[in-house]
Amino acid sequence: MGNGDRFVYVTFIRTTPEKLWDALTKPEFTRQYWFGTSLDSTWDRGSSWQLKTAAGRITDNGKVVEIDKPRRLVLSWKHELMPDVRDEENARAIFELEPQGEIVKLTVTHETDKKDSKLIKAVSGGWPIILASLKSLLETGESIERTRAFPKGM
Amino acid sequence: MSMDAVFRALADKSRRRLLDRLRARNGQTLSEMGAGLDMTRQAVTKHLTILEEANLIATEKRGREKLHYLNPVPINEIAERWIGKYERGRLSALAELKKQLEG
Repeated sequence: MGNGDRFVYVTFIRTTPEKLWDALTKPEFTRQYWFGTSLDSTWDRGSSWQLKTAAGRITDNGKVVEIDKPRRLVLSWKHELMPDVRDEENARAIFELEPQGEIVKLTVTHETDKKDSKLIKAVSGGWPIILASLKSLLETGESIERTRAFPKGM
Repeated sequence: MSMDAVFRALADKSRRRLLDRLRARNGQTLSEMGAGLDMTRQAVTKHLTILEEANLIATEKRGREKLHYLNPVPINEIAERWIGKYERGRLSALAELKKQLEG
């Protein structure tokens, strides 16, 4: 990686790597904690993925760059909604799952080759609450309410 | 990973200052974190360890250096735990009012 912008987010979840992997890669789970969006892919290396609202709008998409279930997933990332963010290329999200006893450490790194990236700034606002909601879903069975639907006016 | 650790880590001005520095610029080395602060390198290291144990910062090895990143996930967990959705609406209305009155 070069010297572009990046964020590294970590959360510790009382679950198994397999359950966490399912929660990250199956739309019936992502809808509950990822602002109501469905993450869809065949999850083969090189295949495409899309994040879609309930109304069918694609918010983000890209390709599966690396996949090693249930340990590591690398996605190339392009945002499709916000006009000043849409043009940014070469961003990636990396998900790493490390079991530590009865918990799993999930690290999400979102990075790009660019400095002062609007994309990285935009996603940095969303990830912390998405991850907090994912943790809540896996540990209590309930996600955080305001992450169950896509924000109005976006 | 307990909320106690998060509250304890946040209950110190120097540590909040280090978090603010990361918010201003993410991914700093130990030397960068301590630059211009009235703190010994040892003190900075100690504070960073406490922040990392509370999961308020994430670190990553880059060659011989360790880079530090602000990790706001636990703060979001606390906000959701203590500030329900009704309070959130009221609080943002109050914050807006304060801004208008003081602005």
